[in-house]
Amino acid sequence: MYYDLVIAGGGVAGCAIARELSRLQLKIAVLEKEADVGWGASCRNSGVVHAGYNNTPGTLMARFCVEGNEGFEDLCAELDVPYRRIGKLVLAESPEEMPALERLLAQGEANGVRDLEIIDGQRVREMEPHLENVFAAMYSPNSAITSPYQLTIALAENSLANGVDIFLNSRVERILTDTDGDGRARFTVYAGDREFQSRLLINSTGVHSAEISAMAGVDGYSIYPCRGEYYVLDTYAGELIDHLVYPVPKPGVGGLGIHLTPTVDGNILIGPSNEYISISEDYSVTVPVMKTLSMEARGYMHQLNGGFYIRNFAGMRAKQAPPEEGGFYDFVIREEESRPGLINLIGIESPGLTASLPIARYVSGMVKSVLQRMGVDVRINTDFKPVRKGPVRFSEQSDAVKAALIETDPDYGEVICRCEQVTKKEILQAIENPLSARSLISIKYRSRAMMGRCQGGYCTQRILQILKDEYVYCPGEIRLGKDGSWVLSGGRCDIT
Amino acid sequence: MMIRKDLVIIGGGAAGLAAAAACRERGIEDILIIERGDVLGGILNQCIHDGFGLHKFHETLTGPEYAQRYIDMLHTRDLPVMLNSMVTELSSGKILTVVNRKGLHKIHAKAVILAMGSRERTRGAIGIPGARVAGVFTAGVAQNLINMKDFMVGRRVIILGSGDIGLIMARRLTLEGAKVLMVLEKLPFPSGLPRNINQCLRDFDIPLYLKHTVSGIHGDGHLTGVDVVEIDESGEIIPDTAKFVECDSLLLSVGLIPENELSRQAGLRLDPVTGGAVVDEYGQTTVPGIFACGNVLHIHDLVDNVSLEGEALAHGMKLYLSEEALPAAGIPVIPGNNVRYCLPQHLSGHAPTVISFRPSVPGKLHTVRFIQNGKILKKKSLLKINPAEMERIELDPELYRGGGELTVDLVPGRAES
Repeated sequence: MYYDLVIAGGGVAGCAIARELSRLQLKIAVLEKEADVGWGASCRNSGVVHAGYNNTPGTLMARFCVEGNEGFEDLCAELDVPYRRIGKLVLAESPEEMPALERLLAQGEANGVRDLEIIDGQRVREMEPHLENVFAAMYSPNSAITSPYQLTIALAENSLANGVDIFLNSRVERILTDTDGDGRARFTVYAGDREFQSRLLINSTGVHSAEISAMAGVDGYSIYPCRGEYYVLDTYAGELIDHLVYPVPKPGVGGLGIHLTPTVDGNILIGPSNEYISISEDYSVTVPVMKTLSMEARGYMHQLNGGFYIRNFAGMRAKQAPPEEGGFYDFVIREEESRPGLINLIGIESPGLTASLPIARYVSGMVKSVLQRMGVDVRINTDFKPVRKGPVRFSEQSDAVKAALIETDPDYGEVICRCEQVTKKEILQAIENPLSARSLISIKYRSRAMMGRCQGGYCTQRILQILKDEYVYCPGEIRLGKDGSWVLSGGRCDIT
Repeated sequence: MMIRKDLVIIGGGAAGLAAAAACRERGIEDILIIERGDVLGGILNQCIHDGFGLHKFHETLTGPEYAQRYIDMLHTRDLPVMLNSMVTELSSGKILTVVNRKGLHKIHAKAVILAMGSRERTRGAIGIPGARVAGVFTAGVAQNLINMKDFMVGRRVIILGSGDIGLIMARRLTLEGAKVLMVLEKLPFPSGLPRNINQCLRDFDIPLYLKHTVSGIHGDGHLTGVDVVEIDESGEIIPDTAKFVECDSLLLSVGLIPENELSRQAGLRLDPVTGGAVVDEYGQTTVPGIFACGNVLHIHDLVDNVSLEGEALAHGMKLYLSEEALPAAGIPVIPGNNVRYCLPQHLSGHAPTVISFRPSVPGKLHTVRFIQNGKILKKKSLLKINPAEMERIELDPELYRGGGELTVDLVPGRAES
């Protein structure tokens, strides 16, 4: 299949790039190895829209983070994705931590972050009465939260609506490079059971970006996977804090420290830890980290005990900084001189989510100039539709709207997920998603079913029944997530 | 449009059904049962094994048969039921928001009985480390999938936790052709009933390993095995003892949690130990007119006791609906030595009183004592005590009325008269 442009990697950056480039008349393919978009780092993070004070002035990270923060609310509004500007408190526990806080503020101001201020312990306690061990804090009112997986899904759906082809279950296995008759670069990408040809290849594969770059003939990059584990706390714990609560960052650590993150759904996340590991997709959770996380959480607030825990998960940072060094290396985003037409995105870690839109615009600019250089006439896609509508969330509506919804479609009157009050209508919409992602996790990320305190104890069996009865799945073919993750070992229609 | 009802019962499972039948028996006419499922009976419907009703009906019934006894009572008494209906909100003023396929309904009740039951504790709540794979189920979900949906969950199964549902599922899976490799219990004693240990494990040669747990979950996509590890005296795992055991399904039977979302909305006080409402001997919570019974109040081991608890509400309910208030409950009930919790948590001294309690640790011959102002009001010998088995003992209100705090404790040995 021929495409003007192939994007390897359907994470938040890849999908944002696809959407941005769908403003042009280009034939674009996104190749994603998993059964849905965003299953790498994009769905496994804190969901924080950073303000931009954590990054070294002059870096792409700093620039894109600040730009990203400023444009994020509009992006979320266009794409119907949750966004809440709740603000962040970076806590100093003692006077000894004040110089670090001052440095952070100065760095933020150098990066152009607005409205940062140092506030005293009294004011912090007024804002967050349950916090303990507070001496002072830097308050960042423009820090915000979003739903990282919903954003990725929305970007993908909007790309799709604007003509981008998205191929799931399509792991890039091999890349051949040559030139066409006019001497222009040509890539042949083998992914899944398909073959894609393109003029440009964008490598946005996160922890796999060094491998994919090497596959395309550009060696020399290293990615060190660095795992971060989290606890998810019940929404009852969410009632205890209103702001993001972070520690003062420790030098030489490649993360921002274990923090308390309210989510757009009302939970709190505790985490992430910071552990370099050898396997890039080992999302296991571990006992020592769980212990550390729960200890740190109780250090912030003694009420945050185990009774609130509903789940653990782990994410993976695509770090360029090696373990012995730690810290952050700047994003590498460039067309490779030795391989014209290959645009690499290397080391897109935090604040990659915040920076996704500026990254996409930056890459879009590069693509335009590469195509011009190649003598390709690039036209604006006048049919581009920037707006994507997400599903209506029954639980978020007023009683009057709920009543009206049920009247228009009785499936809104059937609550399938009790904890999150997700109705059958929303489950059906999630199953029938535009990307045709068909696993339980895909349904979960789209509907919030199975995400509540009972973790699917009530709704999983009901969803499985719907899949079998209304979508004629054989029980044995239902997947939790990735390939091989069968949920049931069989049922009547599997017996032949 | 606001619907008005004297009594709304939230939940048509064992507790709600018994409460409804008894309240109607007492002459309460205007009752509505709201049930989220498509049939009455709640969790009993998926409990297709027998052993229910030994105390209540003096015969052994399956879960659906037990439920049917009550459903028949309701039908003969013409009690209205809203099926397939979810209560999404409950206010302290007893206004319920109910959602079903016909619409969103507001119901103003004079009195409410909370009978929503419980949910299972999950992997996330107990923090089992390892890979995030398919093949890990709570025992109740597996029971539902097999008994109600005709789905199978695995072929080589390990069960973590010796709660009753896990034990029942060990037998059930065996009968369905799966190999149940072992049941693991982190405590030095099983948490399920002795009869289930015998009938579900011993009779099927399924080993029960006490002081063992799962310290790792393996697989890429689907479960391929778990690390089974011993636990030392202090409850910590002994890492050297970890052994990998191949399996394709892990069932968790690690406890139930009362489902008190609506109770929280209504603003009533919850007991941190039971996870259910704080109640008096009428079964009334700290919000007047809201009562609770069954697993939403505290976790039961026998459905017969759930029914008794539901039926016991009728007395107070009748009184509340005619008087619009019940006597204040000023006498706290405190769990003493080796008593994990007791119910009610406070008493008025004006109604028939049954104290339910659970021991903290098991033992042979013990005496339960009810102590007030340093005086033993009542004591009773118990041949054995077991945290898996709730005890229910009647207490004459004449004995404690007018006194202060009442302590319930357990001491070894026989009660001397």
